[in-house]
Amino acid sequence: MIQEDLERIRQEAKAKLEEVKTPEEINDLRVALLGKKGQITAILKGMKDVAKEDRPKVGQLVNEAREAIETSLESRQKELEAKLQEARLASETIDVTLPGKTMERGHLHPNQVALREIEEIFIGMGYEVVDGPEVEKDYYNFEALNIPANHPAKDEQDTFYLGSDMLLRTQTSGVQIHEMERGKIPIRMIAPGRVYRADEVDATHSPVFHQVEGLVVDKGITFADLKGTLAEFAKGIFGEDTKVRFRPHHFPFTEPSAEMDISCFKCHGKGCSFCKNEGWIEILGCGMVHPHVLEMSHIDPEVYSGFAFGIGLERIALLKYEIDDMRLLYENDIRFLKQF
Amino acid sequence: MNTPLSWIRDYVPDLQCTDKEYYDRMTLSGTKVENWTRFDHNCEKIVVGRVEEITRHPDADHLWVCKVNIGTAYAADGYNAENDGLNGSSENCIQIVTSAQNLTIGDVVPVCLNGGRVAGGHDGGPMPEKGIPIKSGKMRGLPSVGMMCGIEELGATRDMYPEAPENGIYVFPKDQAAELSLGSDAMEALGLHDTNFEYEITSNRVDCYSMLGIAREAAVTFGDKFVPPVVTVRHEGEKDTKDYIDVTIEAKDLCSRYVAAVCTDIKLGPSPRWMQRRLANFGIRPINNLVDITNFVMMEYGQPMHAYDYDTIHGKKIIVRRASDGETFTTLDGQERKLDKDVLMICDADRAIGLAGIMGGEDSMITDSVKTVLFEAAAFDGTNIRKSSKRIGLRTDASAIFEKGLDPHNAIAAMDRACQLMEELGCGKVARTYVDVHDILPAPRVIPFEPEKINAYLGTSYTEEEMLEVFDHLELTYDPDKRELTIPTFRQDLKQMCDLSEEVARFKGYDKVPSTLPKSSATVGGLTKEMKLENIARDVAMHYGFSEEETFSFEGPKVLDTLRYPADAMERKQITIRNPLGENFSVMRTQTINGILTSLGTNYARRNDNVRLFDLGKIYLPKSLPLTDYCDERPQLTLGFYGEGDFFVMKGVVEDFLKAAGLKDKAAFAKSAHPFLHPGRQADVSYDGTTLGYLGEVHPEVAKAYGIGARVYLAVVDLPALSPYVSFAHHFAGIAKFPAMTRDISMVVPKQVTAGEIEAVIAQRGGKILESCSLFDLYEGAQIRPGFKSMAYTLTFRNKERTLETEEVDKAMKKVLNGLQDLGIELRG
Repeated sequence: MIQEDLERIRQEAKAKLEEVKTPEEINDLRVALLGKKGQITAILKGMKDVAKEDRPKVGQLVNEAREAIETSLESRQKELEAKLQEARLASETIDVTLPGKTMERGHLHPNQVALREIEEIFIGMGYEVVDGPEVEKDYYNFEALNIPANHPAKDEQDTFYLGSDMLLRTQTSGVQIHEMERGKIPIRMIAPGRVYRADEVDATHSPVFHQVEGLVVDKGITFADLKGTLAEFAKGIFGEDTKVRFRPHHFPFTEPSAEMDISCFKCHGKGCSFCKNEGWIEILGCGMVHPHVLEMSHIDPEVYSGFAFGIGLERIALLKYEIDDMRLLYENDIRFLKQF
Repeated sequence: MNTPLSWIRDYVPDLQCTDKEYYDRMTLSGTKVENWTRFDHNCEKIVVGRVEEITRHPDADHLWVCKVNIGTAYAADGYNAENDGLNGSSENCIQIVTSAQNLTIGDVVPVCLNGGRVAGGHDGGPMPEKGIPIKSGKMRGLPSVGMMCGIEELGATRDMYPEAPENGIYVFPKDQAAELSLGSDAMEALGLHDTNFEYEITSNRVDCYSMLGIAREAAVTFGDKFVPPVVTVRHEGEKDTKDYIDVTIEAKDLCSRYVAAVCTDIKLGPSPRWMQRRLANFGIRPINNLVDITNFVMMEYGQPMHAYDYDTIHGKKIIVRRASDGETFTTLDGQERKLDKDVLMICDADRAIGLAGIMGGEDSMITDSVKTVLFEAAAFDGTNIRKSSKRIGLRTDASAIFEKGLDPHNAIAAMDRACQLMEELGCGKVARTYVDVHDILPAPRVIPFEPEKINAYLGTSYTEEEMLEVFDHLELTYDPDKRELTIPTFRQDLKQMCDLSEEVARFKGYDKVPSTLPKSSATVGGLTKEMKLENIARDVAMHYGFSEEETFSFEGPKVLDTLRYPADAMERKQITIRNPLGENFSVMRTQTINGILTSLGTNYARRNDNVRLFDLGKIYLPKSLPLTDYCDERPQLTLGFYGEGDFFVMKGVVEDFLKAAGLKDKAAFAKSAHPFLHPGRQADVSYDGTTLGYLGEVHPEVAKAYGIGARVYLAVVDLPALSPYVSFAHHFAGIAKFPAMTRDISMVVPKQVTAGEIEAVIAQRGGKILESCSLFDLYEGAQIRPGFKSMAYTLTFRNKERTLETEEVDKAMKKVLNGLQDLGIELRG
């Protein structure tokens, strides 16, 4: 009897299961079959009428039937859920070519972009970045740099004067002196900052611009060290394959002095309109710190030597980012700033 | 400084190089070539021809038909009976039709052949970039198979070739023409196969403001022999110069040497062609033998000279003295000049006859009737000449050289050369001796030769011999016993070991110096705390969409009026620039908002929407005025925007920046009264009692003044004020283990009660367990009775050690609510 009932229930369940369309219907079916008042439960309740010796066998049959129903319920449920999910995902298809949503990010000034690159290179080589005053004493801007009162360089630089002894620094080189006067050797520093010269504003001039001064003082520093250091710098800024060339020059506070050119990064030295057909672009001035400058800053030139360099920050920024007019740097048009 | 290459080759005869090689090698040995130009640029196929026949063009009054003999060029250049315009009727002749009116038969002229090219038009206008091609053609029906050239067509000027006619064909002077073969290179004959090099000479190399100086550098650079002119003077005059003139230097500090030489029996005339060409290629117009000699020697030796008409000098006296204040003097250009006691004068017994080193006087200038000349070669104080020339407003070729500070030894060498040329050119007789007035002249400098120090300094390993070879080329003499080098006096810049090391390095080649990194002590690099703070400011500002601007540190004093600062504002104590570029750049700024408002105004005018800028420039506050010491340079974080956003957007940025800077607690915002801000929408920011800055909406009048037709918001943080509270340390405070309890309060608040006051009460009364409170609703409007607003806060309580009891929170809430009621706040249900 029970066996027949069980078989019937299983057949019925199978048929119903094929008809159900939603997980809810499966649930209803589960309740109808296996719930407290379900058909299987009802059979279990009828066990008391079964002969005692047959009970284990019958019980086993009932359990088998129950498990089989549960398994098929479950697998049918999974099948249905997968179908539903598939349908939902299909309905959620989006147009992936619609624009992305961005938050308007701010931008660094190109000078600052260039400065960060320069700082990174020199900090990596153990240089401290230091600051110095823009409103400076005549002594630090000129005299301590071997530019005495009547030196023509004082006229050439078109200095802005603020008082009998005070001026707007025309170069960051004065920071060298401040640093040396602190008396802590070895020195490895760069000093970025504003400098001022009485030039009218045009495409290549600005009365306010920036330099990055560099100074190394220690025992046994050589001109070769200067060359090697600045070659590393040039590679770091303009790319690994950048070549450098040092030309003799004159600065009152360095001897020997040099100007450094880099191979044109557009034509790689072949000559193009960018480098005015020279294949080389002038980047900075440098040299070995003049022994008299060391002496004036209380450093014994017989024991120590050093090198110094001055980089025009705007020059690097204009070259590197191919900005053709210096005025753009101080106009602050957002359409310009956004490009950095 | 310019030199034609041909002139350099006069002193370095073995010099073999292309223009490019000369440019490269001179630049790399330290004589930087800025530019070079070929004198024969765009001139091709220009030969010497002779005009054999001239007939008027039958169909044009202003045209002439010429038969021109071009000698060897006829065959060489492929002319024949079919293309010479003459059907081969005259040997070596071609037909050229010209509009020039200055030709006569027998004239020898430059001829551009068919297929050639000339540099410019006959009008001397701007030269076309690629020149003008010349082709055979017909002019009014008659063949013309070449072109006779004017001097401008050859790229030169009448200044350089004074014999050239205005508007006409250049005709070689008869004596030169006799020596020229027809068909030969006419550019060669004109001396135009030459290149002018322009150098940047550094201020330490006075000696390079001369042909001989540059030639010496070229000789050492190329390793060729330097051959200076051999100078001997015959001194054929009957008397000594001292018989003619007595020289006294009163201002010895300004004149270290004065050499005078008298030349008698002066025969004025044109200088020889070679000298004219030299001067012409240099851009100096030849005038007469006397003037040309002084100019030539100035270029060659770098020693300006002056020639006086001896007969105009009173009392046989030359006195070198300072002018008196207010003295006036008429220079030979006819201008009256006002002088002062720092101007050095050359005077005779009665009056001034020259502005020393700058320009001679009208009274003593050379005229055609000159019979006897007094030459002057002197050494004046360079600084004084430079300053005088600047004050008087007269800068001449002579003063430009004098102001570099000349070697007094050079004066005598230059005088010898000038006198030699006077004799050679038959220009006059040189007196038996000169007058040479000077104190003890500086002796040549002696420097120890320390090759190992030079190598240690450069990081090189040159041998002694290599170094001495360079020094020998440079005319330094070496004493091997004393191991000393004697420096020639024209090299005033060589003073010590480091100077010598540069000479070795540059002539051996800077490129030959190895490239190394410092081997010495290790150092730790990094940014200062202030720089790190600035970078934090940049990061936060950029996160909120602000872009970095740069503005000038100086501006006009009137911007403070535009910004409505009162007359007694601290900001008006400004550092003034004594020599500004203009009033708008005349004071160092004491605030940064003019800069950012100007930039915002620029953007607004250009119709850029939603512009957000920030600035990390400094303000410059004097400790006292007039300025005698360092000022207080304070970097400011300045933020400004217009477009989307309001006061609270700006406040959020400021708060986030302060948080990023590591401030432990919240900064306080209190209503402020800055004149350039909206009176109801501005606040000062302070922390621990220190004012850090302010923020607010810009006053509409101010925004209008900057041309901005939108609401503008600004914030300024004084970074040095913030600096003491800044911390880059991060401490992990743990993640709360025990649950929090939250309570909401909804209130009807009198309008004048601020959120700050409410939050202060909550913070004070909430007790230790109060973790945070946040505003989640603010409403003012129709549903609330006038004079009130509705506000709602969420309060979060937590105990870090254990789970909170409801009673504890109830107790804290009760205290908070009591406190709020004291502010006149009603709680809503």
